[in-house]
Amino acid sequence: MENDNLLVVENLKKYYPINASVLGKAKSFVKAVDDVSFTIKRGTTMGLVGESGCGKTTVGRTILRLHDVTGGTVMFKGRDLAKLSKKELRSLRPHMQMIFQDPYSSLSPRMPVGEIIGEAVRTHNIVPKSQYQSYIRKVMKDCGLQPQYFYRYPHEFSGGQRQRICIARAVALNPEFIICDEPVSALDVSIQAQIINLMKDLQTQFGYTYLFISHDLSVVEHISDTIGVMYLGNLVETGDKAKIFANPMHPYTKALLSAVPMPDPDMKMNRIILKGDIPSPANPPSGCKFRTRCQYCMDVCEKEVPQFREYEPGHRVACHLYSQE
Amino acid sequence: MAVLNKFKKKKIQGVDDTEYLTLRDERRISKENAKITREFERNKARKNVPESEYLSQMRDSRNVVEFDDLHTYFYTDIGTVKAVDGVTYDVPQGTTVGIVGESGCGKSVTSLSLMQLVQAPQGQIVSGEIRYLASDGKCYNIAKMPRSEMLHIRGKEISMIFQEPMTSLNPVFTIGEQMDEVVLLHEEGATAESAKAHSIEMLQLVGIAMPDKVYASYPHELSGGMRQRVMIAMALSCGPRLIIADEPTTALDVTIQAQILDLLRGIKDKINGSIMLITHDLGVIAEMADYVVVMYAGRIIEKGTVREIFHTPKHPYTVGLMRSKPSVNKAVDRLYSIPGQVPNPINMPNHCYFKNRCEKCTEKCGGEYPPMLQFSPTHFAACYLYEEDRDAVYFDALTGKKSE
Ligand SMILES: Nc1ncnc2c1ncn2[C@@H]1O[C@H](COP(=O)(O)OP(=O)(O)OP(=O)(O)O)[C@@H](O)[C@H]1O
Ligand SMILES: Nc1ncnc2c1ncn2[C@@H]1O[C@H](COP(=O)(O)OP(=O)(O)O)[C@@H](O)[C@H]1O
Ligand code: SF4
Ligand code: SF4
Ligand SMILES: [Mg+2]
Ligand SMILES: [Mg+2]
Repeated sequence: MENDNLLVVENLKKYYPINASVLGKAKSFVKAVDDVSFTIKRGTTMGLVGESGCGKTTVGRTILRLHDVTGGTVMFKGRDLAKLSKKELRSLRPHMQMIFQDPYSSLSPRMPVGEIIGEAVRTHNIVPKSQYQSYIRKVMKDCGLQPQYFYRYPHEFSGGQRQRICIARAVALNPEFIICDEPVSALDVSIQAQIINLMKDLQTQFGYTYLFISHDLSVVEHISDTIGVMYLGNLVETGDKAKIFANPMHPYTKALLSAVPMPDPDMKMNRIILKGDIPSPANPPSGCKFRTRCQYCMDVCEKEVPQFREYEPGHRVACHLYSQE
Repeated sequence: MAVLNKFKKKKIQGVDDTEYLTLRDERRISKENAKITREFERNKARKNVPESEYLSQMRDSRNVVEFDDLHTYFYTDIGTVKAVDGVTYDVPQGTTVGIVGESGCGKSVTSLSLMQLVQAPQGQIVSGEIRYLASDGKCYNIAKMPRSEMLHIRGKEISMIFQEPMTSLNPVFTIGEQMDEVVLLHEEGATAESAKAHSIEMLQLVGIAMPDKVYASYPHELSGGMRQRVMIAMALSCGPRLIIADEPTTALDVTIQAQILDLLRGIKDKINGSIMLITHDLGVIAEMADYVVVMYAGRIIEKGTVREIFHTPKHPYTVGLMRSKPSVNKAVDRLYSIPGQVPNPINMPNHCYFKNRCEKCTEKCGGEYPPMLQFSPTHFAACYLYEEDRDAVYFDALTGKKSE
């Protein structure tokens, strides 16, 4: 069923200009996101993984049109977000929310918590005025914040509680789709677990759809239904979580999975240690961008960009190893 | 005045508490602090201290470092923070000791105490010994050592690698200049040429492909992984007996982390030294450490060999930590989560610090702080659960394996 898909992203591109000359004409670009396509089914979670600087945050911000789109389409509930006017976007805003990595800088220090959570609720008239107070208190409770914190300020809260405030602020608008950009990366393990559980509970209760961005594969495995692996602005592999973890195909995915330290001293890992660093996205290698670090690199990898092809139903991979047969 | 005080209250507690300090309290505390810290500072600055004052005896000559009931406090305006409150553990020669615990539990302050780098004057080692077996065969008590003497040890025999290499590298000097400086400072008779040759050799040792190029670069020209390699090269430069690595890979990506951990492992054998590895990542600990120390709110709540800690953890906090970490290839519906948060470091309770978050809590736990119980020659935990039966198994489900 087509309308099962809440979000369909096709050939999404976002280039940032660098070395802009005096006249404002850019000489070259950082291709932060370069031809990325994926879909997310309603009520499911897609995990987006990859190393820092590979473009995960940019994908999230571009989908929400927090900045302009260089190319491609983003179909959200059947409408192309990339082409909507500012005004049309405004009316759609409450349906799509974003939660950020740093719960410290994303909260205004001068507003009490109740006001932070409720500000947008009022602007968008989510509930009638008479129910405003009780509604915010209910949202706070849903997110594990005691309603009596309504008049406290953000600096009085711990990191985990601040992240709850950020979640409450998003949830209060009654959204359908939430992009979570490294929401637990800045938190301690024991607090991470509380926040992840909260996000799963809210999903079960309200049917949210998540795009969950993280570099922590164990967290992503826990929370996602499908997974996308990014490298230097490209998706190199997507598929069901089970398929990706049981049968990673792209050499980068394999290396990434094998690099996760296992909390078991007796587990001897067959670790693939990649050579070198991630190349600069301003000047990526030709052909397959991963070839400078790939142990299977062939002649064709330098010349041709591998196609992002479906290898088995629901499992796509971009690598020449799987393109000839 | 009373009116003024009412308006200028300063909160000292978390959101759940309602205690306030008045301005006058604050001024009084700050005055008392100044008196205490002045005394400490005067002691440290003394010249010509007889060596006997800071010589000590190792409990076991196979250890490089022994922390013995170490207390390091911060005298702040809102009260005394007992950042390290009675910490005792050993670092045996040639091993890696992992230190885990949540943010703020005192991991870094413990290691900074060993380096005499705790932020003075408010931060002070209040009591306890840090015994260090130096290369000259003598055992020094670093807690009592005068600052001038410490210069021979810090950076030479004990060196440190930090989480964010950018903050510990000087942006206006090249890598080479900074590396040479360390050599020239610590190696007698080193010349500019010999220092350069040595630095380049070190860069090679940590797997940098073009050492000459990196030698001439500035820190900002390098990637995070490269900078961390440079930091390691610098730390190795004087042939240390102990390397303290404080979250050395936390700021790095997993694939780069794998490279750096691999490097650290190899290095330890090459220099035949020991590593103190501070991290909150249990995976990194399991992979790297021989011994593990688990800290909670300034104290050690459990320590043992890596197998003891991962296969038969005793303390409910250790177990909670392990269960709350999602793990690849281990599907659970819901993560275990430890409720609540770490208590406020000022005004710690006088019962078990973990009590308000512990699901195994019994009547006894309201009593005084639990004693350290011994389970094997190497395994210790501070928890009342095991007072009667040391072999009790409360957390079988954790590993899925039958623990004996
Ligand atoms: N300069 C300072 N002044 C006052 N208090 C301090 C200072 N440095 C550390 N502390 C306090 O000492 C305690 C222990 O801090 P420490 O840095 O050792 O934590 P940690 O375990 O290394 O945490 P993390 O994982 O966040 O690095 C904390 O309560 C902290 O607030
Ligand atoms: N506002 C910007 N201007 C220029 N370049 C940017 C900007 N934001 C991000 N980039 C670049 O785009 C690339 C992808 O960044 P980002 O999406 O933040 O990565 P991730 O979230 O995966 O760490 C990086 O090379 C980054 O330096
Ligand atoms: S296309 Fe070639 S270089 Fe790229 S991942 Fe596949 S085998 Fe490696
Ligand atoms: S002493 Fe009691 S409260 Fe403390 S950890 Fe053990 S069982 Fe829990
Ligand atoms: Mg990001
Ligand atoms: Mg620290």
